[in-house]
Amino acid sequence: MSDTDYNFAYLDEQTKRMIRRAILKGVAVPGYQVPFASREMPMPYGWGTGGVQVSAACLTPEDTFKVIDQGADDTTNAVSIRKFFEKTAGVAVTEKTAEATIIQTRHRIPETPLTEDQILVYQVPIPEPLRFLEPRETETRKMHALEEYGLMHVKLYEDISRHGEIATAYAYPVKVEGRYVMDPSPIPKFDNPKLESAALQLFGAGREQRIYAVPPFTKVVSLDFEDHPFDPSKAPHPCALCGAEDTYLDEVITDDAGGRMFVCSDTDFCARRRGEAA
Amino acid sequence: MSLSALDGGFADPPVEAAHAFRAVLQALSRPGRIERIAGAAPPSPCSPAAGAVLMTLCDPTTPLFLAPSHDTDDVRAWIAFHTAAPLCGPETAQFALGTWGALQPVGRFSVGTSEYPDRSATLIVEVETLAAGGARLTGPGIETEAALSLPEVDAFRVNRARFPLGFDCLFTCGDRVAGLPRSTIVAEG
Repeated sequence: MSDTDYNFAYLDEQTKRMIRRAILKGVAVPGYQVPFASREMPMPYGWGTGGVQVSAACLTPEDTFKVIDQGADDTTNAVSIRKFFEKTAGVAVTEKTAEATIIQTRHRIPETPLTEDQILVYQVPIPEPLRFLEPRETETRKMHALEEYGLMHVKLYEDISRHGEIATAYAYPVKVEGRYVMDPSPIPKFDNPKLESAALQLFGAGREQRIYAVPPFTKVVSLDFEDHPFDPSKAPHPCALCGAEDTYLDEVITDDAGGRMFVCSDTDFCARRRGEAA
Repeated sequence: MSLSALDGGFADPPVEAAHAFRAVLQALSRPGRIERIAGAAPPSPCSPAAGAVLMTLCDPTTPLFLAPSHDTDDVRAWIAFHTAAPLCGPETAQFALGTWGALQPVGRFSVGTSEYPDRSATLIVEVETLAAGGARLTGPGIETEAALSLPEVDAFRVNRARFPLGFDCLFTCGDRVAGLPRSTIVAEG
């Protein structure tokens, strides 16, 4: 069982109820950012405090928990969050996507398709997709209320006029169920098609104090134009380790002479493929 | 207040509330799905499922409306001890508990504002039967189509027409719960 100095999953019950109510309202209004009273967590803002609070509110002792950071299970952020819940909630942890019931992620969606029995929890730095276009919260709130998203299309249009294509490669804005424009967190746009999933997806922004959700099978459309359709581009290489041609790749510098290789960013997916090949 | 009001709470609140919340979360994010929810033993006419929902989501910060069907001394005492939620009228309620008939007219409940659609009521509707049949449901959380025994259809059609405003419903029956968020499109079965 967990360390008895902590309440189950670290947070006190009153805080969990508050977060749980926000999650349920987020589920009821897909893509709408529900304000919540984000707590200080024993890690700095920017390290996934929002995701950790959502995970803490969702975890049960029977869950199997997985954490990825840019697709990898073995980076500092992923390891420390996994250890945090191992200690405070006593949950089983795994690096295998298929075995996890709750997956907390920073900036990737696993390559392995998710199932109905899984919940994907995103760590979100800036939840407001319009924030870089309009800094005032009072104004962006009004824009969401009025469904006034012209500014976002102007931004995408200016991309095309300047670069010949939409130059947004990550945190690519989407429209959820035909109503709210949503920031899918800084996942590569390669992952956008995977936002329509059998799994429930929850988004937590700790510093910005927002929770939002995409229920299973919700319609999620990446914004585009008829003559410039959305393109979930990828690097034109196979993975140098497992040979996969349909995954998102990281470019890794291998020496000081310009040597480089492209490898799967999803370490579990890549390791499993190499295991099968061996 | 009778001593029985002190009984019927969660034996292990953090763990049982976590299980109850996951059941509610699954129910609301997959309309039509019926989940088991256990651990509470509230006084009649409040069902164990409704009791578990109250203990999982309600506290001193959430005004609760008790519809006439559930506004008894025993229920009041039990809710006061186990959740400390303040009781209020329907217009200001964040949660409401009762049978569908007793909750009428549902137009009284808060549907949120266009800037804050989350500031809306959640209705905990006690029903006699809860089955995956009857009204046809489509929308977020449903792959193709789902079915759920709803007390009526028109009220939910009106509620959906106001989307993103609207109230959200949890249907409770014995130890089972189903959800109907405002986003679901409801049609006659």
